[in-house]
Amino acid sequence: MAEARSWSFGGALRNLFTGQQKRVIDEDTWDELEVALIGADFGPDITESVIAELKEKVARYRTEDYADLQRMLREGLEERLSKFDTTLKLTERPAVVLVVGVNGVGKTTTIGKFAKFLTNYGRSVVVGAADTFRAAAVEQLGTWAERAGVQIVKPQQQGQDPASVAYQTVDFAKRNGVEIVIIDTAGRLHTKGGLMDELGKIKRVVEKQAPIAEVLLVLDATTGQNGLMQAQAFLESAGVTGLVLTKLDGSAKGGFVLAVQERTGIPIKLVGQGEGIGDLTGFTPHVFAQQLVG
Amino acid sequence: MAIFGSLSDRLTESLKNLRTKGKLSASDVDGTVREIRRALLEADVSLDVVKKFTAAVRERALSDDVNRALNPAQQVVQIVNEELIEILGGQQRRLEFAKTPPTIIMLAGLQGAGKTTLAGKLAKWLRKDGHTPMLVAADLQRPNAVTQLQVVGEQAGVTVFAPEPGNGVGDPVKVAKNAVDEARRRQFDTVIIDTAGRLGVDAELMKQAADIRKATNPDEVLFVIDAMIGQDAVATAKAFQDGVDFTGVVLSKLDGDARGGAALSVASVTGRPIMFASTGEGLDDFEPFHPDRMASRILDLGDILTLIEQA
Ligand SMILES: Nc1nc2c(ncn2[C@@H]2O[C@H](COP(=O)(O)OP(=O)(O)OP(=O)(O)O)[C@@H](O)[C@H]2O)c(=O)[nH]1
Ligand SMILES: Nc1nc2c(ncn2[C@@H]2O[C@H](COP(=O)(O)OP(=O)(O)OP(=O)(O)O)[C@@H](O)[C@H]2O)c(=O)[nH]1
Ligand SMILES: [Mg+2]
Ligand SMILES: [Mg+2]
Repeated sequence: MAEARSWSFGGALRNLFTGQQKRVIDEDTWDELEVALIGADFGPDITESVIAELKEKVARYRTEDYADLQRMLREGLEERLSKFDTTLKLTERPAVVLVVGVNGVGKTTTIGKFAKFLTNYGRSVVVGAADTFRAAAVEQLGTWAERAGVQIVKPQQQGQDPASVAYQTVDFAKRNGVEIVIIDTAGRLHTKGGLMDELGKIKRVVEKQAPIAEVLLVLDATTGQNGLMQAQAFLESAGVTGLVLTKLDGSAKGGFVLAVQERTGIPIKLVGQGEGIGDLTGFTPHVFAQQLVG
Repeated sequence: MAIFGSLSDRLTESLKNLRTKGKLSASDVDGTVREIRRALLEADVSLDVVKKFTAAVRERALSDDVNRALNPAQQVVQIVNEELIEILGGQQRRLEFAKTPPTIIMLAGLQGAGKTTLAGKLAKWLRKDGHTPMLVAADLQRPNAVTQLQVVGEQAGVTVFAPEPGNGVGDPVKVAKNAVDEARRRQFDTVIIDTAGRLGVDAELMKQAADIRKATNPDEVLFVIDAMIGQDAVATAKAFQDGVDFTGVVLSKLDGDARGGAALSVASVTGRPIMFASTGEGLDDFEPFHPDRMASRILDLGDILTLIEQA
């Protein structure tokens, strides 16, 4: 990752420690840590528990040293983040990946990047334009498919049932021996029952042909505590297996995903950091914690 | 929802305790202020704003300027509610129209905030109100943004000025500038300029937005912000204020269950009025902003106001 692109996420907690080597831990330390954690969207619960944990360790090891604090914070976050398996399970053939999430978080863009990512590893990919609702969503996915050099299955008529487009995409993959299928879906707020049920239908229809390998929930790093509600609702309706955190190239830190991981047990599997086709990476807890805390 | 249920309960509980006591003591107020602080943080209000807000509430609650006709719990809720509405609605106002048409409205905001959809909503609303709006496709970056605006324009029944194909081709500043001449020539009375989504930290793209503004001299620059945004709302709003400067705010995706603390952060930090609420994907899902509803939503005051009524 180029330095210019490195997450501002990093800066959030690292600034606490730069130039502080000589400082001792005091009351202000905890206030500053709180400001940094809340400011990074970890939310009041995680913030409290991280601070309580650190206070306890600082007392147990009787340290006043900032370097110790930095190390303990890094290790603590890394431990929290690495409780879950972050690898993508794409061994089935075809491996079907369903991409879901609320409006505008970056689903379609992520699919473009992910398709490219997979072709870089020599996999053949077809994408399915099952967002038949959003204005120009099919054309947008078409542009990404072209950029990634992968095939696309589009609806045959306007407003076609998304489940049938998904079905046709998997069918296409099976007939043509394409290894990986990625299906785009329309953005929907997790509070809209009817639209959430539609995801269940898409899943059932696809599963008639092939098991679904991954259901990726895309979360926007600028999101605050609402990310938790999103994750819980999508987990219930669509059986999410992995998280994608997008827009980490901005000034938002995306700290809410830690709470999402802890509450739902769903791991982060991919990270998006830009609008370019190459701006997607896998998720590595220790790199993440290192970026964050220094 | 389940996660936050306890929050409203806690606040209710803390207020119940207040209700049974005679007058507001510092410790009563502190206990309640702690719950309010937490509620605001859960609602994604930025920490700085939370601190300022709770300090103001505390000070007022302990001053002589309280309504003696109310019991202590009612007093605190009233203070909180009034302070919230004050920040959210202090600067309420309507769209500013140019004395000599066309009125120019430019949209700006982060990626995916809801600008293009809003362009369609505004156009449809203005058209129904007897105006003749023209949409301008000045997002030449996001894949098929131009097509999207064309579809939206068709749905709204308005003309779309889209001389460039986009997807990286064409100069948005030039398109915006030409659009104004075109509108004058063809006698459209409002021009709504859709622009590409951009990050607050992207200096180059922010400058482009400023250039569009300079080239078109808009009557309104509306900053569209997603109601689900977290603590970054402040940094982003400031970056757009410094970068392009906006005249009003539109809060989008309010049809979800986000508490929308960003509204408080943005209003408090930029001093710009929140003018509209976007409440769905349909072009009619759009309304003037209601500070009182937003206040109840942020603190989940609905329940608490009911509790007060029962008191
Ligand atoms: N800066 C940045 N922008 C991104 C990233 N991912 C997506 N975007 C932008 O976010 C906006 C929305 O992206 P889409 O891929 O259309 O989002 P979506 O979830 O498919 O949206 P809907 O289908 O409308 O729900 C576009 O302008 C993208 O270019 C990212 O990682 N960083
Ligand atoms: N539920 C809901 N969805 C909305 C609302 N406003 C916009 N959307 C959806 O959010 C997504 C993004 O909206 P756009 O209008 O494309 O956002 P944008 O700011 O133009 O995005 P970029 O051009 O990529 O920066 C689309 O799926 C819209 O349908 C709203 O008020 N409520
Ligand atoms: Mg999409
Ligand atoms: Mg747009």
